[in-house]
Amino acid sequence: MIIKVNARFCKGCNICVAFCPKQVLALDSMGKVCVVDESACIGCGQCELRCPDFAIRINKEEKA
Amino acid sequence: MRDYETFFRTNRLPHIWCPGCGHGIAMKAIAKAIAKLDLDQDKTVIVSGIGCSSRASGYMDFDTLHTAHGRALPFATGIKLANPELNVIVITGDGDCMAIGGNHFIHAARRNIDLTVILFNNNIYGMTGGQASPLTPVEKKATTAPYGTFDRPFNPCEVAKTAGATYIARGTAFHAAPLVDLIAQGIQNKGFSFIETLVQCPTSYGRRNKMGSAAAMLKDMSETVIPLAAYNRLSTEERNEKLPSGVLHTDVFPEYAAEYAKIIKQAGGDKA
Repeated sequence: MIIKVNARFCKGCNICVAFCPKQVLALDSMGKVCVVDESACIGCGQCELRCPDFAIRINKEEKA
Repeated sequence: MRDYETFFRTNRLPHIWCPGCGHGIAMKAIAKAIAKLDLDQDKTVIVSGIGCSSRASGYMDFDTLHTAHGRALPFATGIKLANPELNVIVITGDGDCMAIGGNHFIHAARRNIDLTVILFNNNIYGMTGGQASPLTPVEKKATTAPYGTFDRPFNPCEVAKTAGATYIARGTAFHAAPLVDLIAQGIQNKGFSFIETLVQCPTSYGRRNKMGSAAAMLKDMSETVIPLAAYNRLSTEERNEKLPSGVLHTDVFPEYAAEYAKIIKQAGGDKA
């Protein structure tokens, strides 16, 4: 999985962190989302689905 | 780049909605529904009124119209009658649609004109500072109701049904994936389509009512809003706590713009 975060769009609402079933995401010291454990990501897309700010994206096609 | 993102004015993003606001989720669902139906970008018009929800028209890359408070439906009716080929989508909020524009709403539904109305219901007037709207539930606090409102709220789907809408559905920001299908079916319906979308307002509504974070409000939604079939199995008392979702009502009536075209033809002397 490749998790892409657009920090400029992120408002730190914590929705993606709360809905991630594998605790892949967290908020950093600036209150923006960051990836803490990319290898745990199962690509369910819950974060991208409910991000109100279009700030996070999961690309399933692999790290070529 | 996702396919639906071509429908955003990306130079206008990030949007001005508060952190955790559900309007972004609902707007994304509309863009996804349009992408799914592969509508022509030049033949789709987004019309909105005033309010937090109505800011959405500014972020969507179609011919858009941001109109007067409550008056999105009269503008949309004019657009549809002037050019019935267009897909006209109206984005409105709970105050805009049910209070200031309430009369326009029932008459547009009565006429069964081919519009798709998506009501972003956050239960509050968010933009002006959290006043109680006609969809604020009883006992919920607002700046105009510091002890909790005692006005009975509308059930907008029932209002639309009584007024004569031919497609009525309810979705939520939590159920973001099925919401796309509900909106897509609404756009396909040739007549007045109404989709109530429940969205969270953590800033003006949730905070005042101690409902927790945006994520907590979304989780609440997942418990209170249940599929129509499950809702129908509940007893009357249990139903007070829940809301049905999915397609709630469909009907068939002559469409207004088509009927209007017939009258124009007849008045022009064409007997056929």
